[in-house]
Amino acid sequence: MSAWLPVLVLSTSLVTAIAIFPLAQARQRLRTGVNLAGALAKLALVAIMLEGVARGEIYETRLALLPGLDFLLRVDALALLFLTLSAVLWLLTTIYAISYLGDSPHLSRFFGFFSLCVAATTGIALSGTLITFFIFYELLTLATWPLVVHRGNAESMAAGSRYLAYTLAGSAVLLIGIVWLESLTGPIEFDRPGQLVGLDPAALQAIFWLLIAGLGVKAAIVPLHGWLPSAMVAPAPVSALLHAVAVVKAGAFGIVRIIYDVYGTGLVFELGIGLPLALVASFTIIYGSMRALQQSDIKRRLAYSTVSQVSYIVLGASVFGPFATIGGLVHLVHQGLMKITLFFAAGAFAERMHAYRVTDLAGAGRSMPWTAAAFTIAALGMIGVPPMAGFISKWYLGVGAVQGGFIWVIPVLIGSSLLNAAYFLPVVYRLWFAPASGRADPGSEGPLWLIAPAVITAFAALFAGLLAGLGLSPLGWATMIVTRNYSP
Amino acid sequence: MALSDWLAPDMAWAAFSVIVPLAAALLSLPLARHARYIALPAALLGLIVACASAAQVWLHGAVLLAAGGWAPPLGIVLRLDGLAAAFLVLTAAISTAVAWYALPQFAARGASESRSGFAFWPLLFFLWAGLNALLVSNDLFNLYVALELIGLTAVALVALDGKPAVIAAALRYLLFALFGSLAYLLGVVLLYAQYATLDMTLLRHVAQADFATLLAAALMTAGLLAKTALVPLHAWLPPAHAGAPAPASALLSALVVKGSFYVVIRLWFDVLPNQAGAAFTTLLGTLGALAILYGSALAFRQNRLKPIIAYSTVAQLGYLFLVFPLAGGAGEAQPWGAAAWSGGMFHALSHGLAKAAMFLAAGTLIQAVGHDRIDGLDGIARSMPIAAFAFGLAAISLMGLPPSGGFTAKYLLLTAALAAGQWGWAIIMIVGGLLAAGYLFRVLNRFLLEGDRSATLQAVPAGGQIIALLLALAAILLGLLSATPYALLQIGRPDAAAGGLS
Repeated sequence: MSAWLPVLVLSTSLVTAIAIFPLAQARQRLRTGVNLAGALAKLALVAIMLEGVARGEIYETRLALLPGLDFLLRVDALALLFLTLSAVLWLLTTIYAISYLGDSPHLSRFFGFFSLCVAATTGIALSGTLITFFIFYELLTLATWPLVVHRGNAESMAAGSRYLAYTLAGSAVLLIGIVWLESLTGPIEFDRPGQLVGLDPAALQAIFWLLIAGLGVKAAIVPLHGWLPSAMVAPAPVSALLHAVAVVKAGAFGIVRIIYDVYGTGLVFELGIGLPLALVASFTIIYGSMRALQQSDIKRRLAYSTVSQVSYIVLGASVFGPFATIGGLVHLVHQGLMKITLFFAAGAFAERMHAYRVTDLAGAGRSMPWTAAAFTIAALGMIGVPPMAGFISKWYLGVGAVQGGFIWVIPVLIGSSLLNAAYFLPVVYRLWFAPASGRADPGSEGPLWLIAPAVITAFAALFAGLLAGLGLSPLGWATMIVTRNYSP
Repeated sequence: MALSDWLAPDMAWAAFSVIVPLAAALLSLPLARHARYIALPAALLGLIVACASAAQVWLHGAVLLAAGGWAPPLGIVLRLDGLAAAFLVLTAAISTAVAWYALPQFAARGASESRSGFAFWPLLFFLWAGLNALLVSNDLFNLYVALELIGLTAVALVALDGKPAVIAAALRYLLFALFGSLAYLLGVVLLYAQYATLDMTLLRHVAQADFATLLAAALMTAGLLAKTALVPLHAWLPPAHAGAPAPASALLSALVVKGSFYVVIRLWFDVLPNQAGAAFTTLLGTLGALAILYGSALAFRQNRLKPIIAYSTVAQLGYLFLVFPLAGGAGEAQPWGAAAWSGGMFHALSHGLAKAAMFLAAGTLIQAVGHDRIDGLDGIARSMPIAAFAFGLAAISLMGLPPSGGFTAKYLLLTAALAAGQWGWAIIMIVGGLLAAGYLFRVLNRFLLEGDRSATLQAVPAGGQIIALLLALAAILLGLLSATPYALLQIGRPDAAAGGLS
């Protein structure tokens, strides 16, 4: 049984995708049923594995691609951190998307690729070897593209081509890095220390930067972030998934894997590659926030905010020391919860009030109080107001940076928080205190299923901060990963 | 008889794999327009024989079969090793798919009265027989006969429609094919004059690196390269492959050009493993690299669907020739040997499946739209999702993206290149993948454009689209379930594949 769990959890999304593709447009109820059944089955499997992994168990499924080169699905604590996030948010995003898209065209194609996208993300979380990771990383690119161009107009086609140009070039660089490394040592399996012993440090440094550059495209590290703001033309549920779970997180998660499970923190420290990466991440954090400040379009502002926030994860990984690691890992979850809330809310504003620019939101708090409240909670969390989730991340990152000797990270964190406040608080102010613009009637808050996901994720983000001390909170889980990692 | 008896080493599966399609071809001549009734059963029988051949090799290793019991140099020998078995299965799978696909097309009332309805079936089976004869031959003259059979049927398949433009393309192809055969035959004659045998195993032991031998090898190689359409001898391929009817294009692009490539590999790895100098392997690699860049660039500039696919074949064939500079070399870190050789063969297999899938998918799209300009394909994914999906999956394999056979091939070739420190070839492969993504996504973009064109489309049966999808899925699965085909390829693998050419 336990050898089948990783395959089963992957197939919940994969089979869902395959089952949805051939459905006719009119089979709305069946499609919804298959979608929800897949998402719920996945949650159930994740719950089983959470319990098992907490006990110290590890689930593995292995298939030889070539002699010595394994396709390996493995559920360890780090995999499960990402997997749980994606499973929970898949369910909520599906509910939201069904309501958001209504009866627009190509629904089976949309939900098919949507599930395929989640399957790819699951695969990325569970990858146990570098080659497995690469397989799913590319699958994610391919499965996301039809979602980005879903509307089929010239603007989304252009955005789709830009997305492909960035991501395919990125994965070409990543592939060179992987093959170079594996041509020196043989196939790489994660979390197997000593694989890189005795290799030329210069080659290892070059390979590291190739890998980071390849992954940095999806993680939207400046200057590789250009695809992300233009990909905003995709429907809101796609943006939500792209930003919170799938694409940018895949890049960030890959960087985490490279640092902890391929190179190992010790080697990263010895090679002196942590500091430059931390600098790049810090620059991205500040630059992304400053660009967000300049945007008047809501979704673009959120997009640049993502550019900035995802680099917290990279920053946490590149600073040597347990606290920074915890901060980075926990932000993987926290940012996901908060950002998806913001996108759910932004989509609802656009859908119900035709509000696309920040100024359009004036008085929305009165006509759509629940949505506005969810947005407010998430925005405050992003700023890092205690005791919200974002505060926990930043606190651990700050403490970790001081421990690791990177004092200069503190002003970066403070500056970024101020910038976050500068671009989020005006939005919050408009929602609640600005005089209503004509576009909002009281009661325009839409169907329950469009609103509920945002409210749920907002509360999840709130409780992730409030109850961070519990063992099963994101913080508790991240602490467990790091404890296991640093004390073998 | 138990199953294991059927697969015993003395069962003549190598011979059956030639006899079955040959018999089908001869039978379909007198049957004329009724030949389509035997086409599918015969094709399935051929597929079974191919699978049995592969199973025999899998169980017992490479099999040598002396025809009539006469040992060479008196008699001729058929040889069945892992490489031959893999190609036998590929040929059978694609030919069967094409036969199935072509049934409604060439069986329609109007078509069965036309020349194509008559000619397609015997041509298909003669081609299949020729390919199988080529795969199992262990004799250079038999190879010549097989090459001629393949070349002539291939030219006839191009000319099937009979339109003037197509006839011109077929004639140009014929010219190249005849030149190729002639050069090859000249080489064979030179070798025979010198060594008095054409058995490949015997030749390996007696061949020396003297001028006559090298001249012979050079002539044979030049002829084979013309048939394989390696740049700069590619000019015949795009009009021929783009002009033929879709099922014929699938056979030509997926199988026919691989046939002559297979002989090049046999010649240099099996017969003359110690005579390819560094200059020669670099030359072949360079031509391959040029093919990748040039074919891709031209594929970009086409505005019709089938020429794009045809130029893509020109580019993809280039990868195969990177095997020559990359074979052997360093790679102690790898748990596998002969990465470049295996990668090249994987590439040939996966390109065969993907390209056949793509031509068949394109055939259904063109049938529905009525022409093959890509601007006519806007939004077609809505009306013909299966064909669009098949095209997309095949494209993934051609771009070398995972998971697909194309990716496994690229991974092996790249590993070999980087392990040997030969960065240039690696960069070419990476760039080639990106270029392929460029020209293929240019088509895929069209598929997903908004708009509903279902009113202007002709109804196309779903069968053809499903066959294309099955072939494309096979190309994808070749990358996920690659361990078995990889192990099959290693059976009877030439030593030079691991040790390198010198």
